[in-house]
Amino acid sequence: MAIVVENLTKLYGSQKAVDNISFEIKTGEVVGFLGPNGAGKSTTMKMITCYMAPSQGSIRLDRFNASEQPEEIKKRIGYLPENNPLYTDMAIVDYLKFCAELQGVEKEQLSQRIRAMIELCGLTRERYKKIHALSKGYRQRVGLAQAMIHDPEILILDEPTTGLDPNQRIEIRKLIKELGKEKTVILSSHILPEVEATCDRILIINRGQIVADGSAVTLRQQAQGQELLELNIEASNGADVRAALLDLAPVETVQPVEDKQGFFRLQSKPDTSSRKAIFDLCVEKQWYLMEMRGIETRLEDVFRELTN
Amino acid sequence: MKSIWIITKREIASYFDSLIAYVMIVLFLGFSGFFTWLFGNHIFMINQASLQVFFSISYWTLFFFIPAITMRSLAEETRSGTIELLSTKAVSDPQIVSGKFLSCLLLVIVALGCTLPYYLTLLFLGKVDHGAVMGGYFGLVLLSAAYISIGIFASSLSNNQVVAFLLALTIGIFFHVLFDVMAASFTGVMGEILNYLSARAHFESISRGVLDSRDLIYFFSLAGMGLLLSQTMLSRRNWQG
Repeated sequence: MAIVVENLTKLYGSQKAVDNISFEIKTGEVVGFLGPNGAGKSTTMKMITCYMAPSQGSIRLDRFNASEQPEEIKKRIGYLPENNPLYTDMAIVDYLKFCAELQGVEKEQLSQRIRAMIELCGLTRERYKKIHALSKGYRQRVGLAQAMIHDPEILILDEPTTGLDPNQRIEIRKLIKELGKEKTVILSSHILPEVEATCDRILIINRGQIVADGSAVTLRQQAQGQELLELNIEASNGADVRAALLDLAPVETVQPVEDKQGFFRLQSKPDTSSRKAIFDLCVEKQWYLMEMRGIETRLEDVFRELTN
Repeated sequence: MKSIWIITKREIASYFDSLIAYVMIVLFLGFSGFFTWLFGNHIFMINQASLQVFFSISYWTLFFFIPAITMRSLAEETRSGTIELLSTKAVSDPQIVSGKFLSCLLLVIVALGCTLPYYLTLLFLGKVDHGAVMGGYFGLVLLSAAYISIGIFASSLSNNQVVAFLLALTIGIFFHVLFDVMAASFTGVMGEILNYLSARAHFESISRGVLDSRDLIYFFSLAGMGLLLSQTMLSRRNWQG
């Protein structure tokens, strides 16, 4: 099930929380919403899940329009809101039954769906416990279980791994990856490696606008622009390696790496590569090229550059 | 309708799990029983096989108890954020409000049902006007429906339960007493309007066993108005920042 968002705007008073954004998410895509706090990620999710109406613009899920058929859309979406609100006075099984019934799961399938979700989210031992007696990690699992209880075509998860320990995070990541094979998943997170590990595509939102859209690799490449290399050259005759490197045609800048003898950080001119020229130079001067590796821009750097 | 019933069931279970239901029923029976059978103008004092005393006492006890039941209905959902969870399920805002309303009304009906032994006892004491008793119970249910919808509306205005309780009492006191008192100070159309807005005259008329369409319209429109306003307040997230 594809999601088409067109010219979406949400005003909070005179402030634009979401400012005229448009994007399309295809069936089976796992998309990560990245952005600083208050960027408009949660507001966008709230509008897609029909919790609040947009001030302007439209949201469509295949043939359904959010403003005209919200109930049809809600049936097809599983949503884990930010901060994972739950009815803490209920036992897990009762809560999941309540959610399943509201989402229109057939009576005959109720117990089978509840059992499946309890197993999938690792809640078997706790299933009769009241939610208020659960730890944060288990509550998050209950939140995920309720989102998936009706086997929705689209899953929208607002910071699904908040409050989880590293092991639980890895488990949830695996689960999302697994779910992404057949479902459309949108998730938001502040943890960049997590988004990188789970999402096919990343939308970076800042001040209500989409500032970047693409896979982690594409975003890094876009941000990187020029080739960046780290070299380790052993020159026994005391030659000035830095000056020689700078004389090479494709090289733009060379900086020695602090506290590391023989290490240099080199940037090539736009759209050129210095790798071959460096290799040839070392052969000619009889230097030993101990190491040469490309430095990739981290997603953190892309994020900081785009949202600062 | 199915969604409304699912929400109603959850609410009722929550009332009984959190002991609110038991406390409310016990207090209601305690108060109404004490004044009906033991203290003041009780049944043996007036020497009539009539539940009028009970209905007059309940007119007041329900006025205080109903806001105590309704205060958490929407206020707690907003405070804890579960309203977002509920609103993004396949239910509409009117269904959420109706589910809450129905659960409170059922709880009051259960509490009133627990007073049936009063009626049975009365059967042993003398000749009972069955129409008046049925009218009295029906009047209490209608009155409760109106106050429940006011209570839910008050609960939709704030995410603090105490504020919701006090707001419900404040709005309710106008219909319960103040319009009646004010009506006495006005003559002409204004006096008639205020008199019509007062719940007392309508309730007393029904509890005597007289079913007048004006009384029914009064309670139905009060309940309907409260529910409509609650739903409007719940939907304000769509246009408000």
